[in-house]
Amino acid sequence: MGLTKNSTGTSLISSKFNVAVREDDDHIIALAGNPNVGKSTVFNSLTGLNQHTGNWPGKTVTNARGKYNYQGEQFVLVDLPGTYSIMSTSEEEEIARDFVCFAKPDVTVVVADATCLERNLNLTLQILEITKDVVVCVNLIDEAKRKGIVIDIEALSQKLGVPVVATNARKKSSLGNLAQEVHMVANHLKELTPYQVQYDQEIETAIAMIEPTVNSLAGSKINSRWVALKLLDGEDKIISSINDFLENELLNNDILIDPLNQAKQFLAEHEINADNFRDRVVTRIVKEAEKLSAEVVTFTNKEYNKTDRKIDSILTSKVFGIPIMIGLLGAVFWLTITGANYPSAMLANLLFSVEDHLTALFMQVNAPVWLHGMLILGVYRTLAWVVSVMLPPMAIFFPLFTFLEDLGYLPRVAFNLDNFFKRACAHGKQALTMCMGFGCNAAGVIGCRIIDSPRERLIAIITNNFVPCNGRFPTLIAVSTIFIGGLWGSRYNSLAATLAMVAVILLGILMTLLVSKLLSKTILKGLPSSFTLELPPYRKPQFGRILIRSLLDRTLFVLGRAVAIAAPAGIIIWVMANIDIGSASLLTHSALFLEPFARLIGLDGYILMAFILGLPANEIVVPIIIMSYMASGSMLEFDTLRELKDLLIANGWTVLTAVNVMLFSLMHFPCGTTLWTIRKETQSAKWTFMSFLIPTAAGIIVCFIVTQLAHLFGLV
Amino acid sequence: MQLSLLPLGSKAKVSKLNVYGNIRRRMLDLGLIPDTTVETVQISPAGDPKAYYIRGAVIALRKEEASKVQVQIL
Repeated sequence: MGLTKNSTGTSLISSKFNVAVREDDDHIIALAGNPNVGKSTVFNSLTGLNQHTGNWPGKTVTNARGKYNYQGEQFVLVDLPGTYSIMSTSEEEEIARDFVCFAKPDVTVVVADATCLERNLNLTLQILEITKDVVVCVNLIDEAKRKGIVIDIEALSQKLGVPVVATNARKKSSLGNLAQEVHMVANHLKELTPYQVQYDQEIETAIAMIEPTVNSLAGSKINSRWVALKLLDGEDKIISSINDFLENELLNNDILIDPLNQAKQFLAEHEINADNFRDRVVTRIVKEAEKLSAEVVTFTNKEYNKTDRKIDSILTSKVFGIPIMIGLLGAVFWLTITGANYPSAMLANLLFSVEDHLTALFMQVNAPVWLHGMLILGVYRTLAWVVSVMLPPMAIFFPLFTFLEDLGYLPRVAFNLDNFFKRACAHGKQALTMCMGFGCNAAGVIGCRIIDSPRERLIAIITNNFVPCNGRFPTLIAVSTIFIGGLWGSRYNSLAATLAMVAVILLGILMTLLVSKLLSKTILKGLPSSFTLELPPYRKPQFGRILIRSLLDRTLFVLGRAVAIAAPAGIIIWVMANIDIGSASLLTHSALFLEPFARLIGLDGYILMAFILGLPANEIVVPIIIMSYMASGSMLEFDTLRELKDLLIANGWTVLTAVNVMLFSLMHFPCGTTLWTIRKETQSAKWTFMSFLIPTAAGIIVCFIVTQLAHLFGLV
Repeated sequence: MQLSLLPLGSKAKVSKLNVYGNIRRRMLDLGLIPDTTVETVQISPAGDPKAYYIRGAVIALRKEEASKVQVQIL
């Protein structure tokens, strides 16, 4: 392609976007599009599982990258954040724009939603102003058909002057055309005549006054008409990016100053100033999109979105909206808890019978006792607990959650809850970043980039930890199932556990709002900023994809992380339990040291130590507690999950302990990964520390109050 | 009238945006340019925000923003 790092400024790009710049013959393909158009589905379908980053379905918060082969050539697909436009100054739009503009992808694929083409053409036209190497992918064509929307793909391609393909990303076969067209454009096998938006006469004249000069300075590196337009617009951020890219002080360049001033003078004479210049530009693009859409789209059914409105009127209704939300949450947990009981017990039986065999094997080969202790009683047993306690609930919970996500329900949650966030002086999209936090708080923190206002973004980041992530769900579910559920007799076991879980989540949301409000009134003073939220059409979820993605992306990812950290933790616990200092083991000494404080908040030294040792990953808190108890003398013959409760009771657990473990699990310092992510996102040690301090303080205070009240009223 | 006051199920035409800077840009990007037809399609449980049908998409706006959009009821 004749592109070198120096000639295109890609060195800048590779550092900025963390994109490995092409390996010689690779074609780089940018994937742009509005949010909720199935961009990620297109991405996943093309690249299979050949990806670099685990990307939570539906939301591209970092540039996910993947590779695929077509006709013997390698294509690197870069998934850009979903945006409606690339002219505003939100971080996501900047990333998308800068990538298309400066990373010089060989092809930019614009994924458009067939059910609402006009809105998507807006972005398409903006991208066509920057680059001609575009393939438009009209996705969800089946959905459009169902709604009676017919799109003349051929005519659209004619008008836009670039290839347009209709796809149904759910059917992999329909992506063949897309790969074919991308291949053609990447290899310059196609004549492209991109549609040019024609602006008002005055603006066109002004562009003509400076474009030749821009062209002489920028040459073929960048579209000079687009640069001219941005120069006239005077948007500092874009212009400074262009300047960086051209390694040339474009604005201060002597030969440009005069024509630019003349052009601006000319516009001023025609009463076009900075504000109405933008108005005119945006208005024209929107109008052209409207016109194009009217020419190629036919609606055979005027009432095509009636069903969606009907569903919305129930799911967001004044009376049912919030009860349905809580009910769905409860249903998800009930299914998880009930469904996980049996497989959990089975897995535990299986894994512990393997332990017996392994022990026999160690005996047979006369392995030293410490080796058996460390590997079997330390590592293996911890792993067995992690897998049997965590795997079944996750394998049920994540697909259910992904199902709601795919359906399009989460934006409705944000819509229902927005008023609460507004009253907490926080951003409405914080509800969405909270939902991401259910998956992983680190992902939730990165997801906070969708919030533009720095103040509100910080609030969202700091409070994200009040949503239990999937590393903490196993702790919560295990404790509520084994302990709280068991209190009401076996008949209401699952129901009680479910109620406990729902209560914990609601408390988390309440704490989020409370802390957000507190922050807004103290160290992060300010008023809520503006926000817009799209309620996308409901989509028929794809069960196969949900299963695969939620099992691979989430369940195995979390389990893998837990296993990777639990194994060394198992060794540490075992070693600590077996090194005696004086009369007691190191483990007991540490626990005794923490004991007085832990007692104040209704925990014990071992539990508190487990939370501290669980800093690398919350997944291992329960396994550490179990290991500690088992290692510190209460050696029960221990084969099934049911006996876990006996173990806990033998170690002094009461309902109060269980409640406090759940509360502290909900409210304590974020895990190491999340803290590191917060440090990266906020670029500030202070806010990272606050993110550590605030939930921890909240947890300690709440647990202290609960414990002291319980003691005061003689409940325990 | 202000868009925020447009009753559920009613349609209106945008006449003017009484807001400047980045928010104005954002609203224009949503397609809220003069003469655009909008419809109030959903009201959240607390009464605010409301969702409007704008150029093929349903967009939720808080009262603070929607009140800046001047519309003419149809």
